[in-house]
Amino acid sequence: MNMKERILHFVHSFGWPRIIIGLFLLLLFIAAPIVGVKVSTSLSDTLIRFGMNSVMVLAMVPMIHSGCGLNFGLPVGIIAGLLGGTLSLQLNFTGGLSFFMAIVLATPFAVLFGWAYGVLLNKVKGGEMMIATYVGFSIVSFMCMMWLLLPYSNPTMVWGYTGSGLRTTISTEGYYYHVLNDFLQIKIGSHLVIPTGMILFFALLAFLMWAFLHTKTGTAMTAVGSNPVFARASGINVDRTRILSVIMSTWLGAVGILVYQQSFGFIQLYMGPFYMAMPAVSAILIGGASVNKASITNVIVGTFLFQGIVTMTPSVMNSAIHTDMSEVIRIIVSNGMILYALTRKSEATR
Amino acid sequence: MSPLKETNWQKVLHFLENNTVPVLFLVICAIGIPLSGYSASYLAQEVVVRISRNAFLIIALLIPIMAGMGLNFGMTLGAMAGQIGLILISDWGIVGIPGMVLAMIISTPISMLLGWGCGKLLNMAKGREMVTSYIIAFFMNGVYQLVVLYIMGTKFLPIRSSSLVLPRGYGIRNTVNLIGIRKSLDNLLAVKVFGISLPLATFAVIALLCIFVVWFRRTKLGQDMLAVGQDMEVARDAGIRVEHTRIVSIVISTVLAGYGMVIYLSNIGTLNTYNSHSQIGMFSVAALLVGGASVSKANIGNVFLGVTLFHLMFIVSPMAGKNLIGQAQLGEYFRVFVSYGVITMSLVLYEVRKRREKSRVGRELAAGQTAEEA
Repeated sequence: MNMKERILHFVHSFGWPRIIIGLFLLLLFIAAPIVGVKVSTSLSDTLIRFGMNSVMVLAMVPMIHSGCGLNFGLPVGIIAGLLGGTLSLQLNFTGGLSFFMAIVLATPFAVLFGWAYGVLLNKVKGGEMMIATYVGFSIVSFMCMMWLLLPYSNPTMVWGYTGSGLRTTISTEGYYYHVLNDFLQIKIGSHLVIPTGMILFFALLAFLMWAFLHTKTGTAMTAVGSNPVFARASGINVDRTRILSVIMSTWLGAVGILVYQQSFGFIQLYMGPFYMAMPAVSAILIGGASVNKASITNVIVGTFLFQGIVTMTPSVMNSAIHTDMSEVIRIIVSNGMILYALTRKSEATR
Repeated sequence: MSPLKETNWQKVLHFLENNTVPVLFLVICAIGIPLSGYSASYLAQEVVVRISRNAFLIIALLIPIMAGMGLNFGMTLGAMAGQIGLILISDWGIVGIPGMVLAMIISTPISMLLGWGCGKLLNMAKGREMVTSYIIAFFMNGVYQLVVLYIMGTKFLPIRSSSLVLPRGYGIRNTVNLIGIRKSLDNLLAVKVFGISLPLATFAVIALLCIFVVWFRRTKLGQDMLAVGQDMEVARDAGIRVEHTRIVSIVISTVLAGYGMVIYLSNIGTLNTYNSHSQIGMFSVAALLVGGASVSKANIGNVFLGVTLFHLMFIVSPMAGKNLIGQAQLGEYFRVFVSYGVITMSLVLYEVRKRREKSRVGRELAAGQTAEEA
């Protein structure tokens, strides 16, 4: 009886969708060797994708804490990252330095964009998420014009025949390609590769985030999110704290996309960043976060589960039933998760 | 003399403040049209075509706005239902007006079911209906793909026509040719005026829908919706079934969107099985907002003004971009940016106004209280 209650309590607090997703992933890992998919390859793919996406998922944390909701406007940060990355290439930095410079160059943009975005979100309290989505779309489509017009000139980046206007995808080969992936990389056997550098980089940022949330400012941020009226009464500047959280989210988005690119190998411009907020949002929700509560554990668990499914479904499904349903499953799982979080009664009233 | 002048000026300012988006669009069109170099008759013809194509879909958005549920991004669900109807009639080889009517009939129960589910979910997410309906559209897009790409053409949902089914034996092809019903409504009663052909039959259908919306506002249900839109708690105290009313508004909107999609695609003549529906929500919402509607207030006038201005911008911007900078691509990006920008701006203005209103009411209450105490 007691046991049953405890299980029920666990199920209730963890939420059905998460349990289903977790079991689904477990099933995929069990099914993998049966249908002839190497578990070690799948595992290292999952780890690599975890590293690629985790920083962007981490970017969700500050804004959830300050009560700005899920950051559907992640493309704002991604654009700052793209500007940093392309500028670093334009200035011909190479190797590890190019990655470092990309982050440095992206920072002022991230701070500026994040500040403006934060000021805007302060004007629309209560309607942040919808507006964030459209702010993201607007900035991406605005930058589409800018990528055509900005005076970039590095021949590896611009269209060959006109010599102007950036290409839709730019290779990071020779610049910051795999700088984190290859750092302290561990190879076990011929198939299992652990991208230590990338995971360490995430761990560093995650630790800094955790430490920040325990400082005075960080606690203030959580207070603003959980009860703005109380926070104001205790002398916290609500609007400024919210803006700070948005700037942090935006900067992490910028760094996140750079980490993604160094592993993926390409900078995707134009409509590339358009829907990039969705996977990050659903990942943190799968990890157990809600619209107004998120922790570093949620980030880690969520990214692992989400990326696990994204990596495993195509390979296992393909081998098992010879059709690739992964795209459909991804759409249903990720949006279903967001829907679940948005419609929960306890979270609907803030 | 001077106070009168000032009030006039204030009037102009007030008008500009309330109609920022349409005025902005008028300016964009006024700059873009001469730059594009299109002739007036060409543009007039295009606008007529776009109105006949899109107006029905946009009117479908009006009813949830009445019920205070904001812009129904979930209209995509209706569009999917309409597309399923179209795929089926193409398979059965039913052409012309009967084909369109049958597609609409097939779409109705699907739309009702989807709309009901959508309404249920939106009731669980009061205060954030828009973002929720937006995600519902994405979620159902996955389900739609599952049905159309993996179930249609198998033994569960047989499709006979080989021109519809993918070479692998199941799933619908990326494009479905709707030659059988292409322009059948438009050509039913087409009249040429000054060299511009007017699809009177389509206009008649749209006019009927407008009359329906105007009539609907006056019914008991329409009044209930307006009351719910004003204040849910007051409406509940007045004995209105708030949740039920909200679901009905979404169901009506979804069903109308399904019909609108059939009209829209019959005008275009081809169905992009996996894309047509996903863009329609954004375009319809943007057009309605361009017409001066807001999240909480929209009427039929907004629909027609919006369709005209939005599509004028859409038609002229690639050419204008090409003539101005030498790149048509730039104009294309520009129009996408403007579409999203308009939605963003309208949403922001709405939220800002709502807050201002709230603090004004709060201040008045406080003032009233201090007056009472004194």
